[in-house]
Amino acid sequence: MNLAPTEEQKLLIESVERFVEKDYPFEQRRELAASELGYSADHWATFAELGWLAIPFPEDQGGLGGSITDSCLIAEQLGRGLVVEPYLWTVILGGHLLSRSGRGDLVEQIATGVLQTAFGFAEPTSRYNLASVETSAADSGGWRLNGHKAVVFNAPAADTIIVTARTAGDPRDEEGISLFLVDPKDPGVTLRDYPTVDGLRAAEVILEDATGELLGDAGAAYPLVEETIDRGIAVVCAEAAGIMHTTLQMTREYTAQRKQFGVPLSKFQVLQHRMADMFNLTEQSISLSWVAAVKAESEDSLERARACSAAKVFIGKAGRQVGQESIQMHGGMGMTEEMPISHYFKRLTLIDTLFGNRDHHQRRYSDLLDDKRFAA
Amino acid sequence: MNLQESPELQSFREEVRAFLADNLPPDIKQKMEMGQSLKKDDYQRWMKILAGRGWLAAGWPEEHGGPGWTPAQRYIYDEEYGRHSCPRVLPFGVTMVGPVIIAFGNEEQKAEYLPKIANSDVWWCQGYSEPGAGSDLASLKTKAVKENGHYIVNGQKTWTTMAQYADWIFCLVRTSDEGKPQEGISFLLIDMKTPGITVKPIVTMDGGQEVNEVFLDDVKVPVENCIGDENKGWTIAKYLLGHERTGIAEVGKSRRQLQRVKDIAAAETIDGMPLIEDTAFRGKIAEVEIELLALDATILRMVSAEGAGKPPGPEASLLKIKGVELQQAITELLLEAIGNYGSPYIREAMDHGWNEPPIGPEYAAPVAPHYFNWRKSSIYGGSNEVQRSIIAKMVLGL
Ligand SMILES: Cc1cc2nc3c(=O)[nH]c(=O)nc-3n(C[C@H](O)[C@H](O)[C@H](O)COP(=O)(O)OP(=O)(O)OC[C@H]3O[C@@H](n4cnc5c(N)ncnc54)[C@H](O)[C@@H]3O)c2cc1C
Repeated sequence: MNLAPTEEQKLLIESVERFVEKDYPFEQRRELAASELGYSADHWATFAELGWLAIPFPEDQGGLGGSITDSCLIAEQLGRGLVVEPYLWTVILGGHLLSRSGRGDLVEQIATGVLQTAFGFAEPTSRYNLASVETSAADSGGWRLNGHKAVVFNAPAADTIIVTARTAGDPRDEEGISLFLVDPKDPGVTLRDYPTVDGLRAAEVILEDATGELLGDAGAAYPLVEETIDRGIAVVCAEAAGIMHTTLQMTREYTAQRKQFGVPLSKFQVLQHRMADMFNLTEQSISLSWVAAVKAESEDSLERARACSAAKVFIGKAGRQVGQESIQMHGGMGMTEEMPISHYFKRLTLIDTLFGNRDHHQRRYSDLLDDKRFAA
Repeated sequence: MNLQESPELQSFREEVRAFLADNLPPDIKQKMEMGQSLKKDDYQRWMKILAGRGWLAAGWPEEHGGPGWTPAQRYIYDEEYGRHSCPRVLPFGVTMVGPVIIAFGNEEQKAEYLPKIANSDVWWCQGYSEPGAGSDLASLKTKAVKENGHYIVNGQKTWTTMAQYADWIFCLVRTSDEGKPQEGISFLLIDMKTPGITVKPIVTMDGGQEVNEVFLDDVKVPVENCIGDENKGWTIAKYLLGHERTGIAEVGKSRRQLQRVKDIAAAETIDGMPLIEDTAFRGKIAEVEIELLALDATILRMVSAEGAGKPPGPEASLLKIKGVELQQAITELLLEAIGNYGSPYIREAMDHGWNEPPIGPEYAAPVAPHYFNWRKSSIYGGSNEVQRSIIAKMVLGL
C-alpha cells in the first residue's frame, strides 16, 4: 500500500509543472480561451511531443502503456494552471472509447496529436443518466442517426465526434445503447457552437439522418460508456484538486499583501481559520482523487463506481466551499474578470455539474451502501 | 401576538398589489422574468412610474415627498413589491443620499435635491470605496481642499455601481488629516458633469459592466455641496448604515426567486419525472424555504418593535447576512436545477431582443452568470465579515 507517486510519476509531475509555470501564464490562458480555436494547437503539439497524449494507451496502439493515475497526475497539474487544452475530452474520453473498441488506428492519431475528438453522451433531458438515450440509430445498409446531443465539449474542434445512440430498447434502458463515430462535416450533422462560462468550447450536436460508423458491438456499449465516464470523473476530480490548490495559494497571497485596518487581511483570525478549512478540503480532495484514479482502473465495476462517485461528491462540495471562500476573501477584486481567481472559481463551480453533480453521485454511491464488500 | 392583518392593512395590500400588477410595463416584466439585463431606460421608466404614484421614496415622510407609511405598511409594501417582477429601486438616491439630506441637510439643500430624488429626475451613485479603502472605509484618501468658495477634489473612487449612468455622485472625502482618520471626513455631493471626472468600467466575472472606477482630478465643488458639518462625514456614513434596514434582506425577492426554482424544477426532468419530485432536490428547496420563514419572522418582529417606537439598531446586520446568504443559496439551487445547461455562455442571450433560439431551455442562459454575479452581495454594503463584527461588537459587546 502506497498512496504516493512513483519516481517516474514524480518526473512526469515536474514536467507538467514546468510547462504550466513557464509556458502558461494566465494572460495567455485568457487569450487562448478567447481565440478562434479556443486553445493552442502549438501547446497540443508540445503535449504530444512530451508523450502526455500517449500515456494511458497500450503500446500496441501507439501508446506508452501508462495508467489513468498518470493521466490524473497530469490533470492535477493542468488544473493548477487552468489549462484549456482538450486533454480530458480527446485523450481521456475519446481515446479510451476508441482504444477499448479496437480502433488503434485512431488512438495512434490521438497519441501523436493529430486527432481531436469529442464525446456526446448527454441529451437535452437526460440530465446525468448515461442510459437516458433517445438519439436513435437504424441500420438500412449503413447506420443513420437521429437525435440531439447536448453540451458536447470540444465538439467545435473535433475531427470526429463519438455519440451514444439507441439501437434497441426503451429510452432509459442500459441495454440497446451503441457508440457511433460521426463526422462533423457530414451533411446530416449540425453543430451549434458556443463558449462555456468556464472558458471552454462546446456545441449542441443535431443529428438528422447523419451517417454513423458503429464502434464496438451494437447495443452493448453501456458498460464501456460508464467506465469511460468514471475515468473522466477521476481526471476531472484531479483537475479540480489542482484548481483548489492554486485557489488557496492565490487567496493566501492576496490576503497577505492586502492591508485593511493597518494590517494584512491574513492576520485576521476569522480568515485564517477559513483558509485552514480550505486547506483541509483541498488536501482531502487530492487524496480522494488519487484513490479514484487508482480504482478507475479496477476490473470490478462496482468498486470503480463507488470510488469515483465518492470523489465526485466530496470534490463537488469542497470545490463549492473553496471557490466561494476564495472570492469572498478577495473582496471586490475577486468579482472582477481581470483577476485570475474569478476564472478558477468559475471552472471549479462548473466541474460539479460535469458527469453528474453531488446529488447524482450521492445517489449512485448510496445504491452501493448495502453491498457487504464495501462496509465502511 | 397575532399574525392577522387588520382590514386596513389588507386593503392597503390590495391597493399595492393592484397598482404594481397594472403598471409594470410588460416588456420590463418580461425581462425580469427571463433574467435579462435591464438598461438605464428600463430603470428610469419604472422609477418614474413609482414616483408618479408617490411611492418611489417609500421610506420617506410625507413632508419630503414620501408616502409617510407606518413600519407595517412598509413591510407589506416590500413584500408585495418582491412578489411582482419589478426592477429593484436603485438605492443610491432614495435610500442613501435622500435620507442623509433629510437628516443632515440644510433647507436649501433639501429644497434643491429631495424633490428630484423623489421624482427620479436625477440618477445618483455612491462614491465611498477606494482602492485602498474597502472594509476599512475610514482610511479613504480622496482629498478635498477648500479654495475660494470651492473644494478642489483629487483622488479615486472604485466599485462605483452604475456611475456610467449617474448624474451625481455622493462622496466621502478627506478634508483633514488631524486626529483619528474618522474625524477628517466630509460628505460631498458632486455633479458628474464637472470637469476632471473620468469614469472607467470594471468588467465583473459574469461579463457584466455595472461597476466603475471614478477618477477625480482637480474637480471643483461648491462648498454649499457639503452635507452636514465639514469633518463630520463619518457620523453621516454611520447613520446611513443604520437607516432603513428592514428592507435589506429582500425577502420578497427571495420568495419570488424561490418560486422560480420551483417552476424550473417542475419543467426539468430527472429520469422521466419532474425534478421537483426528486426527494433530494425537494429537500433543498424546503430547507431554503424554512430559512426564509425564519428570516421573515425576524423582520416582522423588528417591524413590530419599530411600530412601537423601537427601531432596530445594529442587530439589523442579521438581516443583511441572512438575507444575502439566502439569495446566494437560491442562485445555487437555480444552477443545480438546470443541470448540463449551466455551461453555455452567450452574453447576448441575456439581452432583450436576442432573436436566436435559446441553447437548452430558455430560462437557462442567465443562471450561471447570475450565480457568479451574486457572490458580490456578501461583499458589498458591508461584507458579511464586517456585519458579523458589528453584531459581535455593538450587539453582544464583545
Ligand atoms: C459589485 C459591487 C458593487 C459595489 N458598489 C459600490 C458602490 O456603488 N459604491 C461604493 O462606494 N462601493 C461599492 N462597492 C464596494 C464594496 O463596498 C467593497 O467591496 C467592500 O466594502 C469590501 O471592500 P474591499 O472590496 O476592498 O475588500 P477588503 O476590505 O479588502 O476585504 C477583503 C475580504 O476581507 C474581509 N475583511 C476585511 N476586514 C476584515 C476584518 N477586520 N475581519 C475579518 N474579515 C475582514 C472582507 O470581509 C472581505 O471578505 C461595491 C462592491 C462590489 C463587489
